[in-house]
Amino acid sequence: MTSGGNFLIIIALLPFIGALVPGVMIRAGRNACAIFTAAPTLLALTMLLILAPRVMNGEVVHDEFVWMPQIGLSASFMLDGLGLLFAGMILGVGLLIILYARFYLSGEDPMGQFYTYLLLFQGAMLGIVLSDNILLLLIFWELTSLSSFLLIGYWKHLPEGRQGARMALAVTGAGGLAMIGGMLILGNIVGSFNLSDILQAGDAIRASEWYMPALILILLGAFTKSAQFPFHFWLPHAMAAPTPVSAYLHSATMVKAGVFLMARMWPVLSGTDAWFYIVATTGLVTMVLGALIALFKDDLKALLAFSTVSHLGLLTMLLGFGTEAAALAAVFHIINHLTFKAALFMTAGIIDHETHTRDIKRLGGLRRLMPVTFVIGTVAALSMAGIPLFNGFLSKEMMLEEASHTEWWQNPWIVPALATLGALLSVAYSLRFIAHVFFGPVRDDYPSKPHDPPAGMWASPAFLAVLVILIGVMPVLVEPLVIVAADAVTGGLDYAPHLKIWHGVTPALWMSGIAVLGGIILLALHAPLDRLWLATPRPEAKSIFDRLVGGTVALSRAISERSHNGAISRYLAIFVVTTVISGYLAWRGGGMPVQTRGMIPIPPVVWVGWMLLLVATISVVLMHRDRFRTLVVIGIIGLMISVGFVYLSAPDLALTQISVETVTIMLLLLALHYIPKTSPVESSGGRRFRDAVIAIAAGAGVGGLAYAFMLRDVETISEYHLANSYTGGGGTNVVNVILVDFRGYDTYGEIIVLGIAGLTIYALLEALLAGPAGRRLRNTDYSTDRSKDRHPLMMVVATRLMLPIAAMVGIFIFLRGHNEPGGGFVAGLVISIALLMQYMASGFAWTQARQRIEYHAMIGTGVVIAGLTGAGAWLAGKPFLTSAFGYVHLPPIEEFELATAALFDLGVFLTVLGAVMLMLYSLSRIARYAGETINVEPMDYDPSDRVSQARKEE
Amino acid sequence: MELVVASSVAALTAGGVYLILRMRAFAVIVGLALLSYAVNVFIFASGRLVVNEPPILDKYGDGIYTDPLPQALVLTAIVISFGMTAVLVMIALGSYLESGDDRIDLDGPRTDAEDGAQ
Repeated sequence: MTSGGNFLIIIALLPFIGALVPGVMIRAGRNACAIFTAAPTLLALTMLLILAPRVMNGEVVHDEFVWMPQIGLSASFMLDGLGLLFAGMILGVGLLIILYARFYLSGEDPMGQFYTYLLLFQGAMLGIVLSDNILLLLIFWELTSLSSFLLIGYWKHLPEGRQGARMALAVTGAGGLAMIGGMLILGNIVGSFNLSDILQAGDAIRASEWYMPALILILLGAFTKSAQFPFHFWLPHAMAAPTPVSAYLHSATMVKAGVFLMARMWPVLSGTDAWFYIVATTGLVTMVLGALIALFKDDLKALLAFSTVSHLGLLTMLLGFGTEAAALAAVFHIINHLTFKAALFMTAGIIDHETHTRDIKRLGGLRRLMPVTFVIGTVAALSMAGIPLFNGFLSKEMMLEEASHTEWWQNPWIVPALATLGALLSVAYSLRFIAHVFFGPVRDDYPSKPHDPPAGMWASPAFLAVLVILIGVMPVLVEPLVIVAADAVTGGLDYAPHLKIWHGVTPALWMSGIAVLGGIILLALHAPLDRLWLATPRPEAKSIFDRLVGGTVALSRAISERSHNGAISRYLAIFVVTTVISGYLAWRGGGMPVQTRGMIPIPPVVWVGWMLLLVATISVVLMHRDRFRTLVVIGIIGLMISVGFVYLSAPDLALTQISVETVTIMLLLLALHYIPKTSPVESSGGRRFRDAVIAIAAGAGVGGLAYAFMLRDVETISEYHLANSYTGGGGTNVVNVILVDFRGYDTYGEIIVLGIAGLTIYALLEALLAGPAGRRLRNTDYSTDRSKDRHPLMMVVATRLMLPIAAMVGIFIFLRGHNEPGGGFVAGLVISIALLMQYMASGFAWTQARQRIEYHAMIGTGVVIAGLTGAGAWLAGKPFLTSAFGYVHLPPIEEFELATAALFDLGVFLTVLGAVMLMLYSLSRIARYAGETINVEPMDYDPSDRVSQARKEE
Repeated sequence: MELVVASSVAALTAGGVYLILRMRAFAVIVGLALLSYAVNVFIFASGRLVVNEPPILDKYGDGIYTDPLPQALVLTAIVISFGMTAVLVMIALGSYLESGDDRIDLDGPRTDAEDGAQ
């Protein structure tokens, strides 16, 4: 196990970084776009090839980026033989596809988007095969589902494309969810989420009682991804994608992810009966069924899609056999299938591109018109059929060899027979691809006059066709890669295999012969069989799927409509009742510690305050319909709570509570001007009684909890704050030091929230006044309930005098905050009350004309000052928001303290002031819309008016 | 003393819950204000009640202080709950101006709804 010098991390990230480029580069032209897509792919491939010799020597390369070690999350990557094989396929075929797509996509298609999606997908796929952490693998797994959704639905204007994309996402996404469960179980059994650890723990996993659930869940993920029966139906529908996507995702990479996963987990999960019967049987059924359907498909891509389903079944079956030789055959077939199937898809794309049809029944005779395509297609199809000297033959022989001695439920015939049948059908549809497309007479009714495409388009499939023949003739070329990958799958082969063409006259050769002959006969009989097939009723997967989805949607809609009927009082009631019941159950469960504290004696004056509070609360409830009076009474409650805070040693809270109380009441008063002053009686007596019962139960529960809590001691961390407030934070007011220093980060977040609330209100109002509500306001007559003397003389004079005094008090409270009760929060509130008085007494416009600083800017400045103060700690090499302080002696002033915390508090002060002012200012702005006139004079009061009025009356 | 605080919390909670179950936005806002009082006092009380020992360090004092931590938490909670109330008021006001009434439930017939929709 050696380090890759972070190469692996870079390889996995390159496509994601590269994905940002094509979308922009398309402005420089299609070639530039393709080149910039190929560049990261090529770079990643080069880096992979640099690492390759080490892997071929049997090393496993590791790179790790520790993220959250506490929960076992780290971005760790690993490259072994299997990973090398898949990563090489992903990047190599990726390059070919980029070239092919450059010529395939037409001028109207947004090519930049396509390449971006393609690189995203490539990155996700690379992530799967390189991850060493299964949680990381799961993330990449889901990313492939998402990015393939984008690719399949690339032609957004085609309904089939959108439906196919949705179906693929639903099926593979659901499988992915199941797999998450399985992987988590696996991680729990082993106690680690590292693949390297899990692969070592095969015995423990197989012995665990959780083996079956984990196996089934993981296989669900693998089967859906690799389109195994009965989840195979999404793959043909995904063929609505552009052909480069089909060639890349649906032959070479994504559908192989499930196979990859089964191969990855092979040492851990295989070797049991359950594995054999589930995996091998599913694979066998899928192989035969896929091949059978493929034979009768007329759409070239559908034929290839079902043939892919069939070959994926073959791979699954081989892995399911659980023997090393079968695993070796599977690895070899992965390579072979990739070469011939990607070439075939690209050939189908070329035919579609040139003739404008993919319907086999409308094709034929293309041999003469498209000779290059004919050669490529034929080579690839012969390999798919498993004809000797093409690579498909070699792995098919190995598969038949393995099948020939596999017993299924003690029956030695069933697996060999079905495997031969699958091979036979495979020969038939492969030959049909050649015969019905390329041979036969040249027709004169092609939708478009076909001819060979430009070299750029056939270069990629031609390259693959050359590989098909090279491997087919000289399998020794890929032997080292196959062996190192099979080593990685099996955890070390017990024997040294040798890939060769001639094995002697073995059962496999006989089976192969039967398959070829039978396939040719079947093809000859295709026309009558096709009529029979079309006449036979078959279940249509898409309609079943659609019904399933429709049913699920209807069910969830029914549930949400019953539980979520739009009555918020109902939700709140359900919520409160549930909370009360849970609290009651917890209390019934016992475990309450014994009482450790006595009651503090209650002096008589406290009873008075208590009575006031209780009476006020009850009055609020009883007369909440009279909204104005409610506000007056609620003030009493706030006042009593402030007094309580003073009595119970919380001067800071008392100051804050009383100033917040003031602004809250002002706010509600302002709002009350525009809403009805009374609430009608709406709920029935029974409902009111029910609500009262709920309310009393909740009150009793919370009160009881508070009482029980207060009479028991618990361990707290408060001692630390008391001990370090002065020495560490430089202040004697511990509450303020906690706010600006110990928990400065929280405070920072809170002022941001407050600022956002202020801005939200401003924005809401802007939107509101621009809409119908603004018109309604302008058309409503509020003049009847308006005071005749809007700005009383006494109030104007008093507030003007008080402004400097109140500002002074605010500054005083701010400055003393670090050592005595006070601080930024309270100071901000006090100053805003001082300003609000001006608005109330002298009118909105008058005050607004004298306002120099925008409240928005004030919020922003406050947050920035607090943030910069915090960030200043970085300059000293300390963590964010570490405060510093010192004592300065400047004669003739007494020694005083300078602390960065005071600067932070200034930020708090400005934000609070800005936010509160912005909220109330916004509300009062409504008045302008409601047609209130602007007072031009400092005071509305004009004595001459009254004199002239008095004269008139005389 | 504990009994006084606990019963006040109980009363405020009960009142608040009753009011948030009403069907008009104004009552719900007032109810939430009562609930905020209750919750703030509850959190404050979780630091245990102490009379006449504010958490202001004093060289000449007896060295006993009340728990400062819940106080710091409640201080910001008070200010934030004001922000929340303000946003709620604005939403309620907007809803009233748009639709012509201040009901909070969607299940009843709306008066004047067409007027607001135009």
